[in-house]
Order: sequence, then C-alpha cells, then structure tokens
Amino acid sequence: MTALPPPSLKKLGLVIDLDTCVGCHACVIACKGWNTENYGAPLSDLDPYGAEPEGTFLNRVHSYEVTPESGAPVTVHFPKSCLHCEDAPCVPVCPTGASYKRAEDGIVLVNEDACIGCGLCAWACPYGARELDALVGVMKKCTLCVDRIYNEALPERDREPACVRTCPSGARHFGDLGDPESAVSRLVAERGGIDLMPDLKARPVNKYLPPRPRDRLQEAPPDLAQLCEPGTEGLTGFLGWVDRTLSRF
Amino acid sequence: MHPAPSIIAFTALSGLGLGLLTYLGFGAVTPRGWSAFLWFGLGYGLTLTGLAASALHLGRPERALRAFSQWRTSWLSREAVLAALALLVLAPHAAGLVFWGRAVPLAGMAGAVLCLATILATSMIYAQLRTVPRWNHWTTPAVFLTAALAGGAILTARVELAELALPWLALTLALHWILGDRQFARSGQSPETATGLGPLGRVRQLEPPHTGPNYLLREMAYVVGRRHRMKLRVIAMILACLIPALLLGLWPGWPGLIPAAFSHLGGMLAARWLFFAEAEHVMGLYYGRR
Amino acid sequence: MHRQPRLDLSPPPSDEMRQTTCYMCACRCGINVHLKEGKVAYIEGNRDHPVNKGVLCAKGSAGIMQHLSPARLRKPLKRVGPRGTGQFQEIEWEEALSLAVSWMQPLRETAPEKLAFFTGRDQSQSLTGWWAQSFGTPNYAAHGGFCSVNMAAAGIYTMGGAFWEFGQADWERTKLFMLFGVAEDHDSNPIKMGIGKLKARGGRMIAVNPIRTGYNAVADDWLAITPGTDGLLILALIHELFRLGRIDLDYLMAYTNAPFLVQGAGEEAGLFLRDAKGTPLVLDRRTGEPAPWDAPGVQPDPAADWQGHKTVLRLMAERYLSPEHAPDAVAERCGIPAPRIRAVAAELARVAFEEEITLNQPWTDFRGQRHEVMKGRPVTFHAMRGISAHSNGFQTCRALHVLQILLGSVEVPGGYRFKPPYPKPVEAHPRPHAGVTPGQPLDGPHLGYPLGPEHLLLNEDGSARRIDKAFTWENPLSAHGLMHMLISNAHAGAPYRIDTLFLYMANMAWNSSMNTSEAMRMLTDTDASGAYVIPHIIYADSYSSEMVAFADLVLPDTTYLERHDCISLLDRPIGEPDAMNDAIRWPVVAPDRDVRGFQSVLLDLGARMRLPGMVKEDGTPRYRDYADYMVNHERRPGVGPLAGWRGEGEGSGRGAPNPDQLDRYIRNGGFYSDHLPQNARFFKPWNAAYQDWAVARGLYDKPAPYLFALYSEPLARFQRAARGLGPHQPPDHLRPQLQHAMDPLPVWYPPLGDSLSDPAEYPLHALTQRPAAMYHSWGSQNPWLRQIHGMNPLYVPKKLWEEHGFQDGDWAFLISPQGRIRIPVARMDALNERTVWTWNAIGKRRGAWALDENAPEAEKGFLLNHLIPELLPDPAGRRRPNADPVTGQAAWFDLRVRLEKAPPGAPSEPAHEAQISPVPKAPKTLARHS
Repeated sequence: MTALPPPSLKKLGLVIDLDTCVGCHACVIACKGWNTENYGAPLSDLDPYGAEPEGTFLNRVHSYEVTPESGAPVTVHFPKSCLHCEDAPCVPVCPTGASYKRAEDGIVLVNEDACIGCGLCAWACPYGARELDALVGVMKKCTLCVDRIYNEALPERDREPACVRTCPSGARHFGDLGDPESAVSRLVAERGGIDLMPDLKARPVNKYLPPRPRDRLQEAPPDLAQLCEPGTEGLTGFLGWVDRTLSRF
Repeated sequence: MHPAPSIIAFTALSGLGLGLLTYLGFGAVTPRGWSAFLWFGLGYGLTLTGLAASALHLGRPERALRAFSQWRTSWLSREAVLAALALLVLAPHAAGLVFWGRAVPLAGMAGAVLCLATILATSMIYAQLRTVPRWNHWTTPAVFLTAALAGGAILTARVELAELALPWLALTLALHWILGDRQFARSGQSPETATGLGPLGRVRQLEPPHTGPNYLLREMAYVVGRRHRMKLRVIAMILACLIPALLLGLWPGWPGLIPAAFSHLGGMLAARWLFFAEAEHVMGLYYGRR
Repeated sequence: MHRQPRLDLSPPPSDEMRQTTCYMCACRCGINVHLKEGKVAYIEGNRDHPVNKGVLCAKGSAGIMQHLSPARLRKPLKRVGPRGTGQFQEIEWEEALSLAVSWMQPLRETAPEKLAFFTGRDQSQSLTGWWAQSFGTPNYAAHGGFCSVNMAAAGIYTMGGAFWEFGQADWERTKLFMLFGVAEDHDSNPIKMGIGKLKARGGRMIAVNPIRTGYNAVADDWLAITPGTDGLLILALIHELFRLGRIDLDYLMAYTNAPFLVQGAGEEAGLFLRDAKGTPLVLDRRTGEPAPWDAPGVQPDPAADWQGHKTVLRLMAERYLSPEHAPDAVAERCGIPAPRIRAVAAELARVAFEEEITLNQPWTDFRGQRHEVMKGRPVTFHAMRGISAHSNGFQTCRALHVLQILLGSVEVPGGYRFKPPYPKPVEAHPRPHAGVTPGQPLDGPHLGYPLGPEHLLLNEDGSARRIDKAFTWENPLSAHGLMHMLISNAHAGAPYRIDTLFLYMANMAWNSSMNTSEAMRMLTDTDASGAYVIPHIIYADSYSSEMVAFADLVLPDTTYLERHDCISLLDRPIGEPDAMNDAIRWPVVAPDRDVRGFQSVLLDLGARMRLPGMVKEDGTPRYRDYADYMVNHERRPGVGPLAGWRGEGEGSGRGAPNPDQLDRYIRNGGFYSDHLPQNARFFKPWNAAYQDWAVARGLYDKPAPYLFALYSEPLARFQRAARGLGPHQPPDHLRPQLQHAMDPLPVWYPPLGDSLSDPAEYPLHALTQRPAAMYHSWGSQNPWLRQIHGMNPLYVPKKLWEEHGFQDGDWAFLISPQGRIRIPVARMDALNERTVWTWNAIGKRRGAWALDENAPEAEKGFLLNHLIPELLPDPAGRRRPNADPVTGQAAWFDLRVRLEKAPPGAPSEPAHEAQISPVPKAPKTLARHS
C-alpha cells in the first residue's frame, strides 16, 4: 500500500557537499552504469546517436551562479537525485502501490512490476527526481543502490551507492541520518547542512552542505607588514634582510 | 506542465460526461426509451472515452486495473474507483429509463452523487500537488465542478440551469486564472529555496545538467508565452461561457443547444490546455524555468 | 497500511571481474571491468590502484559505451574516392600492410625523412619513438607540442620535473593549494581526490583562472585573471615575497643555484663563473673569495656582488624588487586588484613560514650531512594548459616553478613532490637527434633537451632538419616537437616535402589542428599534375573520426578493453610521490571486428621492413606482438618496458625478462608498485637514500644529485648567441626574439598574438576548456556523455552580454583576424570581463563518429580552431609559427577576438560538408541489459 510506513529509526540517505563538488558528472555516469545493469529495467536512451538524444538518468548535476550582494559571482555545481523524503509526497499519490518507502531504512523505491507509468509520482515530487523511462514505460528513480548497500556478493567496502563510491572529490557521503552520532549526521551538524525547499514539507532525508564563504583574501593583513623588519623595501632593504637572516644561521 | 492531448481529452470529456450523468441521475430530466438511450449513451460514452484517453497517457496501460487498489491514499485511485462505481450505480437508473421507461431514483441519486465525487476526485489529483502552486488552490475543484455542471446543463437542455451555471463557470475560470497567476509567487519557491543557496546570493542557472532534452523538462517545464496565454484565455472564456450563454438565450431550443454544446466543449478544451500549459512545477526552478 | 515487496538485495554484480587500465583520458586509472556472459557489463574504479584508489570519473564509467561505440572501425580501409569525402573500400590486413610497406620501404632506402610519423594521444611513445628511430626518420613526435610542452620543459629546465606525471602536491599534508589555469586538463582524478582531501582537512585553495568552473568553482578564492598575464601576477607575488623577506634562504642556499656567481661582463657574460674544472663558483663568506659551490665547508654568500659578478639571488632581487613588478603596476593588466595580489602573497608567505610542518624522520643529504627531521612548507601549486598554451607560456611556467622554489616548498613535506622516475634534471635527459642515413637507424632519440645552440637540429645552411622545424632558432627548446606545424609545413614544402604522413590517434583534420578548415584543404590539395601535395597518408585509429576521411589507408585499432598496452616508466609513468608504479592494459575481451592493436601492427610493419631490433638474425619477427615486446624488449640490459616482477619475479626495475610477467601484473590488478623507504620519501634530488633506491631500480645508472636552476644557464647560452657571441649564430631577424624570450631568469612579455591582433579591434580573449565529462573529440560517440555535452555555446561575460543586448538562444559572430564563425551564445557572470570561452572539441564534422548528420554537435557545436592561425603574420613573409618562441608550444590561448550579434539559428558556421561514414548506421535506441 502506498501509505507511508511509520517513521523508521534508520534513515539512509546522502549528504552532498556543495563546497567540494567540482561538477565532473562522475556520479551521473556511475549511476547510469550500475542501474542500467541492476534493479529493474535498464535506463534506456532514445536516439542515442541522433539529433535529439534523450535518456533516463537517476542523478543529474546542475550548475548555478550565485551572485552575492557584493563580490564575485560563485559557481556552484549541484548534483541532484531522489532525496528519500520522510514525508515522501510521491508515495501516497501512487494509484497502484508501486511507489513505496521501505519501512526498515526509509529508502523510497518503485516496484516496477506494479507501476502503470501514470507519472503522478513525478508530478508530486518537488525535486525532479523521478523519470519515466520512455522505452519500458515505468517510473525510474534513485534506489540509493539498495542492491549494493546490503549486497553480500560485494566486498564490504563496496557496499555503498555507486555514485558515492566513484565520486573523485569525496563530495558525496552515504549513511544513516536517523542516527545523530553517524558520520553523516555529524557532518550535517558541523557544516550546517540544509534541506531543499523545506516549506514544501517533504522533509528530505538527503542534506546539502553549503559552500564555505568565498573570496576572503581581499586585503593583505596589516600585521604582516609590521612583522617585517623595517627596511625590507627595495634592494638595500633586501640585502639587509639577507644579512640579518644569515647571521641567525 | 505538458498539455498532453490525452489528459486534456480525458478531463474535458469525462467532466462533460459526468456532468451530464449527474443531471440525469438527479432526475433533472427523465428521458425514456430511445431518447434516454441517447442521453445516457452520450453521458456514458463521453465518460468512458475520457477514461480511455487517460489510459493512453500511461506507460503501461495493460496494468491499468491496478489503479483501483490504492483508494485509501491516492486521489487517482479514488477517481478510478469512484468513476467505476458511479457508472455502475447509475446503471439501474439508466436501464430502467431506457428499457422500462421507469426511473430508479435511489440509484440515480446515488449515481449522481458519485459522479460529482468522481469529478471532485479528478480535480483533487491536481489540487493536492503542492509542487504545482497554480493547481494547489480551491479554484481547481471549483473549475472542475462548475465546468461539469455547466456542460451537463447544456447537454441536458436545461437552459435555465445552464444560464445559471455558465456565469459560475466564467467566474471560477477567471478566478483560477487571476488568482493562479499569483500562486507561484505565494508558494515562496524560487531558485534560491530550490537550491538552498539563497543565503549566499541570487541564483541563476549557468548550465543545465544535460544539453539535451529529458522527461522532466518535457513533462513538467512546459513554457508558454504570455501573449499567447492571454489570447487563449479570452478565446476559452468566449467559447466555453459567453457563446453558449448567448446561443441559449437567443435560441433556447435545439438550434441553440447543439452549437452551444460544441462551443462549450471547444472552450473547455482550450481552458484545459491552459490549465496544464500555464501550470508551473517547482521542479522547473532547477532548470532556470519560471 | 504499508506493504512492500521482497527484494533480492544481493544480486551478483557480474560473472567475472577483470582489472585493467582506463584509456578514456590520459589519467590512466585502474578499472574493474565486470563481465556478464563474456560481455562487458559495468566498469568501476579499482580501489587498490595507486592513481585513482577506486574513484572514477564520468568518462571512465562511460568507457563501456566507448567500447561498444558504433563508430568503431571494423576492417582496414583503402580510399576509393577523393580525400576528405570518406569513400573507402574494406580490404584485408595483408593487403593493407603490404600497401603501407610499399610506400614506406623505398623511403627508408633513399630518404627516410620523407616519412613523417606523428602520434596523438599515444600512450606508447617509448615504442613509437623507438620504431621511428629504427626506421631512420627524424620526423617523429607526439602531441606534446600543442599540449603542454611549456609546462614540462620549464619544469625540467628549472627543477627536473613539472606537474602531473612528474610530480604533484603532497595532498596528505598541504594546507594551501594554488591552482593556475586548469580546467580538466590532466591528472583529473588525482586532482579531484586531492582537493577533496585538502578540503576535508580544512585546507584552503586559491584558483587563478579567467573562468570559474570545475576546480575553480570550489576554490576558496578565485582570481579572475586576464588570459596571458599569469606571468605578471606570479612575478608580482615574487616581488612581494622578496619585499617582505619571505623566501626560504636556507633552502635556496642548500638546494638551488641561488648563490652561484653569474659573470657580469665579457665574452661569457650571463654564464656562471666557473673554475678550471668547470665547476660553478660561489663567494665563500669565510674567505671573501670565490670557491667551488660543492667545496667542503663552503659558506656561500647568497647576495654577493664580486667584481661585477653577482649571485643569482642578487640578480633576482634586483629584477623582481623593481617597481615594474609591484602589484600596483600589474593589477590593471591582470584584471586583479593590487590589494588582492598583496593578500594572496601574504597568505602564501603566512602558510609557508608560519605553518611549517616537521616530520620526525632523519635523512642524509648528498653532501653526507645528516638531518634529524624533515621540515616542510605546506604550500603547493599546480598548473597546466591555461598558462602553458600562450606564447609567453614557457617563461610563465618557469616563473611558477621558481615561485614554489623560493617558498622552499618543493620536495618537502606539505609541498610539491616528485613522482619516480622523477626528479630528473635536464642534464640527465637526452639531447635531440636528427642524423639521417638512408637504410640505417637515426643517430639517437628524436626528442630531448638542448643545453645550448650546439644541440639545435640545423643543417649547414641553417635550414631545419625536422619537418616541424623543432630545435631551430625559432623555438630552440621544442622538446616535444611541433605536431601542429606538421601539415602546414608538409603542404608548403618548408623545409622540405615529404612522401608519407603516418599518423596515429591524432585528429589532425579537426580539433587537433589550428586553422582547421585550412588544414583540411592542405590535406586534399593537389599539385599541377593533379597529385596530392602530401602523396600518402596512413592513419591508425579505433574510431571513425574526422581524420579517417583524409587517409589513403586506414589501419583499424582495437578499443582499450581489447588490447595490450604498457604504461611504462620509460614513457609517461604513473608514479606516486611514495612509489614507483607502472601498469598494463590487456584484452579483457576479444575484438569482434577484424581489427588489430596498433602497437602490434607497428611491430609487424617494422619486421616486414626488417627494422633493426624488430627482426631476429634470421629475418623473422623478433616479437610476436606488443605483449611479447612488453615482456622481452630490453632498452638497456635488464631494463625493459615493465619494471615489475622481472627476473624470477623479484626484480624491481632491473632484471632479466620474465615470461610470467604479464600474468603477475594481471594477478595484481594490472599494475605494479614499489614503495620508497621512509627516509627516501622527501628531498629526493638531494637525498642519498632516494638516489641509491633509484639506482637499484634502474631509474638512474648512478646517483645524480643536482641543484634547482633558478637561473637557467642553457637559456643564457642562447641569449649569448643572440648577442653575436659563440660559434652558433641565429639569423639576424631572430636575435631580438631570442634576446627577450631566452631570458635565464623568468620574465613576462605580452603574448605574441597580441601583436597579431590589434587589441582595440579585437578586445576579447577567447579560450576553450576541456569539460570534465569529455575527452577531446572521443566523447561525442558516447551516448551517455554526449547527452551531457551535445553542443557548446560561447560563454559571454555579463557586461558584454548586456552591451550586445543578447537574449537566451541568441547567436553571434566571433571574429578574429583569421576569420569568422557563427555560434550560439550563453551568459556567464563568473568570468573575466575581457574573456569569452567555450567547451573544447564538442563540435563535430557531419558524418563523423557514426553520429546522425543533424547531430547537435554539428548543428550547434563549434570549434574555436577555425579562428586560430598556425602562422603569425610576418612583414618579411617568413613562416613564423604561432607558438612560444622558446619551446614552439602552440599558442592556442593567445587568440584575440571580437563579438557581433548574428542572425539566430542552426547550423553553426562554417558548416562543413558531411563525410561519408565508413561504419554501419548507429542504433535508434539503447537499453543495454546483459
């Protein structure tokens, strides 16, 4: 049934560090590769070599420019996939029960055998995290690599989502956001992790870490000039400095 | 939102059909024999055509029956269940009038209530979506209900009811448009809230994630020019409300009814096209839309 | 009420996993290739691999789609229509190889230089170079000339290594990382991993780049520099460090030529003052007299001025302390406010000198002195194409290397670290060779590092001996050759005509040429008799690229998952600061087409022509194939292409060939690592333990400690020649250029392109950047990657955008003195106000890469190359390359342009006619599932 289960203690999700993401799309393609071979139908591509190639992706990286009141604009790369919301609006709208949230860990999934491809769950999702596969006609979405994270056929160190495993800059973190002591929860607390569009009350599990302040080096600290011995100006000053330094050897 | 012809046809035709069946169920007219057959046939026909059209929208139409299972939580499921119930419950009343010339008022009343409930359920599929601020408003069910009642009144040739319903339809449509224009801003969502980057400054899209098209953009980030929208609103209003009202006022009998019905349907198709095309999904904020 | 289906949470990921090396860019990461029913199903990074430690970029993960590309060539092709049209007939290998031999063999017997063999993104240059040497042609090089030779050469001449394969930041310890002009050029995963580690530790990053994307986007500070002025900025930083007394004097005295005395006057002015044995002299503070720099107990005076002979450090102080290098003097030209330049200099100084780190690790230097600890300055730098692809790039790169040396942050904890087999000073590299004898091998390796004018490759009459005019007065230190001049020179017959152009994996008819339309014309041009000006073109590639259409004979290569390769220490190695590594590729799947690995084909051709080293005494082929060569070839006794498991399996670097070697590599995940002992990990050029370790592994034949060259004497030798001194004299017209470009201390001059284009008429700089998810032109045949970058707009800074009244979806003309293109535009705010830019090599010729003729790459993609001339205008009508006058590096980034609004709508212009695709049509849908 598409009723949301009682809130689970375990809330698996991702923490995405916007301070570190360089926008390389590694996560996009690792996701495409893994999920084309696993969980449900492959992620198809129409007109792949043609004039309008269009495929299904479960994770896409946006790029924004943020212009502060004063100072230089900042470029922010912004990966986005399903946020596995606690009050996932995509679940109760489903007419068939295909869309569901797992009771044990909060992962939001689509049972592709029951999906009629009506698309209503994608409409209900504020984040554009669900894509209807044009070839198989069922809704595809991030599974948080549910077929990796518990997979006993994988070495233990590989039991994390494909996007996290591949991220070269370490901008993606996977863990239990229901446990305040987990590494991801601590990261969110330390760095002031945020929810996207909190007013829409979906209560996303995935969190975003905002970029650290940029462009702070505007003026040389005055104390440095004072730290220098007088007379470092010009060649004479320099030669004096060399002499004083040598005498310390 | 993408104005998909299948969904426009579905909502417009089934709304009209259910509106007609509502009047027939309440006994606003009680045709008998062939004329009952025609009227109920039209009501059932429009409703079922609409429902069939909606199935075209599905990725896996062969699994459509599964949609009856989640009535406890899903408005889409409720709509399916209610539509089926409405048509079933109304059947004894229809059959009674067609074959025996006798109404079955209990079934008729219950069926009519179910028809209205179905229309309400359809509208709630849209009105429930916080992600589409224009729809997430009381005017959505209001438009769906007044449209069905006005259309039904025209088709039942109850001119006085039509002349009563059409102004209400005009009013709800106008309110849906005017209030709807403010809804996105009232939702408070912006590129800044969508990305959470607001505290750092103004946010604009630099590059989309992919240079090519995708499902999300086609389905939920439809863009329609403002001038085009305004023109269509006027056309929809004239065709759906003004012309039928004039025609019925001038020629209250059949000569007025048939063109009025067609004009109304044409206007409602335009209004429904706008209902989708003008609706902006907050997801579009991630793509620099709006 | 909630119900959920039962899931299989442990599906097997594959039937089998094979580990090899990626080839989707030049990083050479380790990959796990998962197979299902013998077919490639999924590719991920190898967690144990030294380069990527499990991570993998978008290109790497998309490798499966490259492997399955419909653009893969299927069989050798022989041209049947006019060149450039793409009309071919499939032929058998025997015919193809016989045809190639029939063109090349007669050249070898009569005029070997008439074969020009150039390779592009080749990762087997130690083989291809050896082959060309054996053939006897002087005309061999790879793509370094249009890539980053400025960076490599400046690094080698300054300190024995540069960035990427030479060395990298100490990512474990550095606290401040400064990046110049890098998009996604090279070393991409290691840099991303490094930035991630730095940030996780709370370290900070400063980026200098006109464009704030990628790595620059995550930098804490972004300096939106105007292109071509990085050298000015670096010298201003050096000015500040000198002014503030924030240079590491101990370090400079111990490990650099800072205290060397430079002759101030006379015949040898500019050269070091030397004793009778030729040892450079310093002024000994104990005696006040000159003494050999390496004399026991000598205490050099770093700032001496002895009889008009000044120390290097003194010359530097005099030059860089002058007001012309002050931040205020350069701010306007750099586009960076002076206070910001001062702030950055102060920050570099603060972190270097106030956040010094110390490792409790004793070590002994080459003088025999024991040090109880390793002290480090945790400031690091990285730079690549952005500063090197300018005509002032060599000197700018030199300035950057000098900056990190002044801070004492090279080869120390927290600083820049060499990766074995580097460091390797310029003296330890070979000199260039071009001695041709018909029927015989060349007299030595083609490419090298001249130490003075005597090493130039010139004929008696002063003409160039190489077709690309490398190692001439025009660009004396062209250590990687000038591949970008190849077609133009061959077409012009300057310095001479060639017969056969043999190219491997170099898209010279498209994105790898300047002035692309003209290059295409030159390849198809005919002489009075109607014959092609370049008579024969042989091209080897895996895919139906633009260049394929211009070949007379196409030798189809395999994909990277179907081949043997070796990532060799003799070539472009993949060392880490703490280990010497090499790796292999091996066929994890067999090809399903009639294609052969190019390296095996090359050995076959060599054997057919009986090239020395490629046949046994009885004339039969010495090597069965490339795999056989990788194991059994020896460059020096006991030293071969692969370092691991030599001899009985214990040999590292040295040892007899081991027939089990490839098996050992495969069992180890496709790579070999040999880690440094703890006391050898830093101070490598001067660390006795490192030197001994390197000798044991064949990296050196004997210990070779050396000093860093703040002052580059080889450059001074050329400058001296320019002054009319010495037996080797440049032509007069080049004397001024040599005089300022070959400055032995880093110097800045405006990019030569600025004199080509009147800055008032062409006020903008135009750049390209490589996107992270695409590598050159390869990516467009990859359906996953081309959805990310299917077209490329020109990014226009906000101010210019508004001035032109541009709207989303608009198009513009971009105009340089070379020509005009019509292209889509897009707005970008985080961009230097005088710069426009686009993504590199997205634009495609219609019909190439098995794409639809209406593909967005052709409709809305474009190349800037059309606007970049390969020759600079010259009043005397000489052929003057648009290149760095030191190294010949192609000056791509000197491009000056102006912008005009254009009528909108595809296709972008110039719109070249479609080439006929020699491969079958691509599928209409993809839904791979094994």
